[in-house]
Amino acid sequence: MNDSIWDWDTAWDVLPDLLEGLKITVIATVVGMVIAAILGLIIALVRRSGSRFITVPVRFVVDFIRMTPLLVQLVFAALLLVPALPPLAVGCGVLGIHYATYMSEVYRAGIDAVPKGQWEAATALNLPRGRTWVAVVLPQAIRNTLPGLGNYAISMFKETPFLFAIFVVEMFAAAQRYGANSFSYIEPLTMVGLLFLAVSYPTSLLVRRMEKRLA
Amino acid sequence: MSDDIQTLLDRLPRLGEGVLVTLEMTIGGAILAMVVALALGFGSRTRTLWVRGPSRVIVEFFRGTSLVVQLFWLFYVLPVFGYELQAMAVGIVALGLNYGAYGAEVVRGSVNSVPRGQWEASTALNLGQFHRIRRVILPQAWALMIPMLANLLIQLLKGSALAYYIQLHDLNFFISQLRKATSDTIFSYSVGLIVYFVIAYLLTLGMNALEVHFKSRLGAGPTLREVLRVAPVPTTEKAGAA
Repeated sequence: MNDSIWDWDTAWDVLPDLLEGLKITVIATVVGMVIAAILGLIIALVRRSGSRFITVPVRFVVDFIRMTPLLVQLVFAALLLVPALPPLAVGCGVLGIHYATYMSEVYRAGIDAVPKGQWEAATALNLPRGRTWVAVVLPQAIRNTLPGLGNYAISMFKETPFLFAIFVVEMFAAAQRYGANSFSYIEPLTMVGLLFLAVSYPTSLLVRRMEKRLA
Repeated sequence: MSDDIQTLLDRLPRLGEGVLVTLEMTIGGAILAMVVALALGFGSRTRTLWVRGPSRVIVEFFRGTSLVVQLFWLFYVLPVFGYELQAMAVGIVALGLNYGAYGAEVVRGSVNSVPRGQWEASTALNLGQFHRIRRVILPQAWALMIPMLANLLIQLLKGSALAYYIQLHDLNFFISQLRKATSDTIFSYSVGLIVYFVIAYLLTLGMNALEVHFKSRLGAGPTLREVLRVAPVPTTEKAGAA
């Protein structure tokens, strides 16, 4: 083998694989986040307006999903569903459902932060309940939730490597596969870490800026 | 189904071992994370650039690169440099550094939100730097920190499921073994997820009790003993209702 610890040839060699993996990583994050954003809102609304017979079980399911490892959930879902569905779809679905439980809290806080006067004004104007939600409360609430959405998108991005467990070849799995074939793990794994940093750090700066501007 | 339960009962000792490994990882990781969080959290709010700069870089680095990557980097790459750690140590170090970096932000934020007057008052009383932090600032900061640290602790527990992939026989490993023995995916994974949930729930109750304790020390709320004594039936449940 070579003497130096870091080999640039290996690094260049693995880069195309990693970029291919980055594409899958980004797809999983975007699809997962769309699912999480929509499902999270539904959970938040159900938990707010339903009767106790609905809210109590929903709360339990949400807590259960939030308090058990994403990794185990992924493997569980993949074992049940994979021949029928492609692994990437299962991965996006599980990521989306897992993060929906977090997003529902963000929405809840966002809805609670809408001033009481807005509700009262809507009542005073005799707006029907549906209109109140769609035209008055939600537009303000969702504005409050944007930074939270951004933060969870970043943390979901960093959790996509868990998909290696269900054989989705995203960035990390691509690196690991390369390492297993060539016995050189240093370059691929280090570069994966740096690529994550290169994407997530600027994004987190953007989210922080958005937080300051909306606050 | 009854066969499944019989298999599970036969394997209870192994379940215990698995839970123990998961708990060791979680508690070990949490202790290291707390140390890292305090060091980096206070480090990133000092005036000296030589301390603040590196602290910020370390925090952003460990927050920005994924836990999975860090864990496998320590597992595969560190031995190349001649440092071979045991798998358990790799797990604890990776969890501790990753969640320590997240915790550092919590520490920094909480310490910063202790009201300005408290800092000025402790200067006026001529308290030294150390006493000021230990006697005035930290007691107030803890009460703010605990809920956020509780979330991180649950995240850390969930992250410990990665241990299986660095050849540790943790709860996740037990689940897959149970599945092989029963060839019943739904049963074995349900059991495993429930065990994880119970651990997470107990940790949450413990953290809520800590929160009550720190709040009462500030004189803002009942003491833990009062909470536990007053409560009629499910005592710990009451302490957890935060």
